[in-house]
Amino acid sequence: MITDVIEPAIQDVWVYLTARPLVWLTVTIAAYLIGQWCFERAGRRPLVNPVAIAVVLLVALLMLTGTDYQTYFDGAQFVHFLLGPATVALAVPLFQNFAQVRRAALPMLAALVAGSVTAILSAVGIAMLFGVSLETSRSLASKSVTMPIAMGITEQIGGIPSLTAVVVMITGIIGAMVVTPLMDLLRIGDWRARGFAVGVASHGIGTARAFQVNEIAGTFAGIAMALNGIATAIMVPLLISLLD
Amino acid sequence: MIAALMGLLACQLAGELLARLLSLPVPGPVLGTILLFLVLITRGRIPDTLRDVSRTLLANLSLLFVPAGVGIIQHLDRLRGEWLGIAAAVFGSTVLTMVVAVLVFRGVSRLTGADTEASDRGRA
Repeated sequence: MITDVIEPAIQDVWVYLTARPLVWLTVTIAAYLIGQWCFERAGRRPLVNPVAIAVVLLVALLMLTGTDYQTYFDGAQFVHFLLGPATVALAVPLFQNFAQVRRAALPMLAALVAGSVTAILSAVGIAMLFGVSLETSRSLASKSVTMPIAMGITEQIGGIPSLTAVVVMITGIIGAMVVTPLMDLLRIGDWRARGFAVGVASHGIGTARAFQVNEIAGTFAGIAMALNGIATAIMVPLLISLLD
Repeated sequence: MIAALMGLLACQLAGELLARLLSLPVPGPVLGTILLFLVLITRGRIPDTLRDVSRTLLANLSLLFVPAGVGIIQHLDRLRGEWLGIAAAVFGSTVLTMVVAVLVFRGVSRLTGADTEASDRGRA
């Protein structure tokens, strides 16, 4: 008898709550904290990536509860929105380390152009080698730049913007996982170069990783991310028209 | 803290407006970064609250990618069909880009004498 009363009540509460932004906002932050906790417990090893863990947990939860992405995003958008102010906040470390940045202007410019062109051509080229559809391979062209910029570029060249968002995230996670072992393997001790490379290749998630390791690396990663957003926005339409 | 948030949002808003009005290919937040940087240069120092808020945001930058990343749920069918090509392209291209960028950076840095002790061996 009691369960007959309680179950509909729980059902009602669930229906009420899932229609508000609060649940999915809270769950998003909780999933990320679990990811962070795993990362700390694993001795901050780059292979244990908090974003990857959070996304897997949330996807599993959405599937289990039969929640569609739009409902989820209505709540989670408050977190998503902060990408804008966070991008603006990059001006602060840039200002703090400006003397070092200015000295490195030429290496940065050269690495930006080389990195940007490599990122676009190799992504589309490898995808074509594997026989990936035109629509999908176009959605990969801007994978190395920060999400809002990348989605805008994809729209412009006839790809699928929401697929680009996913590919951008995966690119960021791969970059964050690979950068430390890769740079150690190449024996690069220069924090500026290490940071700049990960920022060009894997935007904000790479930058977040760089800030975890070293502030100079983080600053250079942030600059690389901002510059590559601009460079890629200009270069993708040009390079794609050459490929056609 | 509120003033610092206001500052960040105001720069973003100004950046968005500039990008629209001048139809620049550069996204609003990136222009906002440049604007805030110019403001800091002019003032010559960073307000404490702005420094704290920025540090907090940047320290948790990867959290901000989670909501869009969960969008993977909309593309599971496509990923199932083309996963090998997408994985090869994303992984191969990301590693290659990092290698090219770091080697070019180091090469040009050495050639132009932009190496400094502080950023080179000293910290490594």
